[in-house]
Amino acid sequence: MELTKVATETAIPFETSVSPPAALQEELDWPNIHARDTHVVQGDIAGRRLPALRRLLQNPSVVAGIGLLSMIVVAAALAPVLYPDDPLSMAGRPLLWPGQNAAFPLGTDSLGRDVAAGLVHGARVSLLIGFVATMIGLALGLLVGATAGYRGGTIDDLLAVLIELFQTVPSFILLIVLVAIAQPSVTTVTWAIGLVTWPMIARVVRAEFRSLREKEFVMAARSLGFGHVRIVVREILPNALPSIIVTASVTTATAILMEAALSFLGLGDPNVVSWGSMIGAGREFIRTAWYLTALPGLVIVLTVLALNLIGDGLTDALNPRLGRER
Amino acid sequence: MNPLLEVSHLSVGFSTTNPVHGLSFTVAPAETLAIVGESGSGKSLTALALMRLLPKAARIIDGGVRLDGEDLLTVPEMEMRQRRGRDIAMIFQEPMTSLNPVLTIGRQIGEVLQHHRGLSKAKARAESAELLDLVRIPEPRRCLDDYPHQLSGGMRQRIMIAMAVACRPKLLIADEPTTALDVTIQAQVLELLDRLRRELRLGLLLITHDLGLVGQWADRVIVMYAGRKMEEGSPGDLFSNPLHPYSRGLLAASPRLQGDQHYRRARLAEIPGNIGSALAAPGCPFAPRCQLRLAACRVEFPDQRTVALGRQVACHAVFDAERPSQIHDIVVGL
Repeated sequence: MELTKVATETAIPFETSVSPPAALQEELDWPNIHARDTHVVQGDIAGRRLPALRRLLQNPSVVAGIGLLSMIVVAAALAPVLYPDDPLSMAGRPLLWPGQNAAFPLGTDSLGRDVAAGLVHGARVSLLIGFVATMIGLALGLLVGATAGYRGGTIDDLLAVLIELFQTVPSFILLIVLVAIAQPSVTTVTWAIGLVTWPMIARVVRAEFRSLREKEFVMAARSLGFGHVRIVVREILPNALPSIIVTASVTTATAILMEAALSFLGLGDPNVVSWGSMIGAGREFIRTAWYLTALPGLVIVLTVLALNLIGDGLTDALNPRLGRER
Repeated sequence: MNPLLEVSHLSVGFSTTNPVHGLSFTVAPAETLAIVGESGSGKSLTALALMRLLPKAARIIDGGVRLDGEDLLTVPEMEMRQRRGRDIAMIFQEPMTSLNPVLTIGRQIGEVLQHHRGLSKAKARAESAELLDLVRIPEPRRCLDDYPHQLSGGMRQRIMIAMAVACRPKLLIADEPTTALDVTIQAQVLELLDRLRRELRLGLLLITHDLGLVGQWADRVIVMYAGRKMEEGSPGDLFSNPLHPYSRGLLAASPRLQGDQHYRRARLAEIPGNIGSALAAPGCPFAPRCQLRLAACRVEFPDQRTVALGRQVACHAVFDAERPSQIHDIVVGL
């Protein structure tokens, strides 16, 4: 008796005067048939909704990465204030060790140029090239990868071959060729790095789009009348974003390393100071003045580390499913 | 009354096979038509063909689909896109995967409203809450900010239904809407669909393999086998009096709670063999498994013959005058 009472109370009320089908009324004897499936889940949702940003800031590796990177960015931004003079001009006695002279806290190189000035001005170039080249690679990679992955068929085959074609050539060799053809300048180096990094991004994007376009929610979106552009941008892209962002942060780190390597080889823009060119210039003195290579090297390591930490943290934070499980 | 949906001689083909063959049926406004059949009988493909969302390899070879008198198959793709979600909508089998995991419920429903009805964001949000209320979600406003993974399967299916009916479509196709759900939730979801059918006067095309659901909720039933319509009728007629040997086999194979057919007391009946391949062989696709097979069954597929009002069957054996079978008596008795 008790049970049937519960059943009638929890049953979904009919709004219209139409009585439920006969078969249904029989089933009212089974209280569980009309148990609400909703209250169970509602309970644990309250208070557990964290905005992505807060979740991001609770991740220790992201905090460390952002801290490191913002220090470098601030230094780069303040470079003209801290060291208004040309960092390539002679500032003091050559080969001063760090701490030897208070005016040059990080010492001077073989031509008497201030190492600290070089590092902060070099940060501008490295970060600029790293980020802009990644943007170029990201734009190209997204365009090609999304088209190939979403469209499939012949277009996919052709674009996949194009991606593979780029990947069979060692990217650094290709980069050197590209820079050697164009006159090395910040612009050409940036474009060249962007052009050699897009295939990596395109591959990731293509793979993501290929699997995501088969998902039921994409079919559901099509059945609701959404067009291809909308489906790609609103349905598929946000789901592919975690891996794209991780790839992008790694790509930025790679781009910074590539620029450093180019400058080290003397193929960078000769008119600006860069971390790579500082290492290149200091390598002849590695036995007598190792700080000339170690300091810019350390800065490169820290920058790349910061970017990778951020990338890892973003993966966790941007994925609501993963974020929930922690 | 003019039918809402009129499908005539619909054939869907892959390169060498015809998984849907010459299928005709109608759905009246505010009517529930159920299509039953086992896996691989072409039910889902029929639904996708109606939406014109067939996989790339498949295409509609022949036939017509008319919604409210307008031929859907000749409408240009851009215009068809406008119709999907507005005039004709669909809900899918898997509520766990048919919602976008990275967008909130409010955004997903809101986008349908913004897209088709051009509502502003705020208005779409308000109306989304109303829709959630319509599909009986408690605390709709709070649910708007939830992500799909925070909800149970039954709630997600309700949300799918809310999205599908957001623009008050004329026809709602439900492709196995409750297969992935608990039995307890199944009844709720079907009750909801039935209420929406009455309140919004939408035609409901219920695709299922669950005969129990059909008996309870459908106005008419089509039994499909290997892409062909075998029999059509009201669930009462069809279940009490199945004509086609396949329908009889299907019913005999369903477990009952009472009587000798309970699986504890007797082995459940089965139809010997596997579902015929969709290869376009001549004759009736059920012939290899049919116990009443005639010579003609191997040669040509029987015509759909009307045996009573709204009752059709396609079978040579049923009308075989030379071999008066049990089935034949039933037909005469009608």
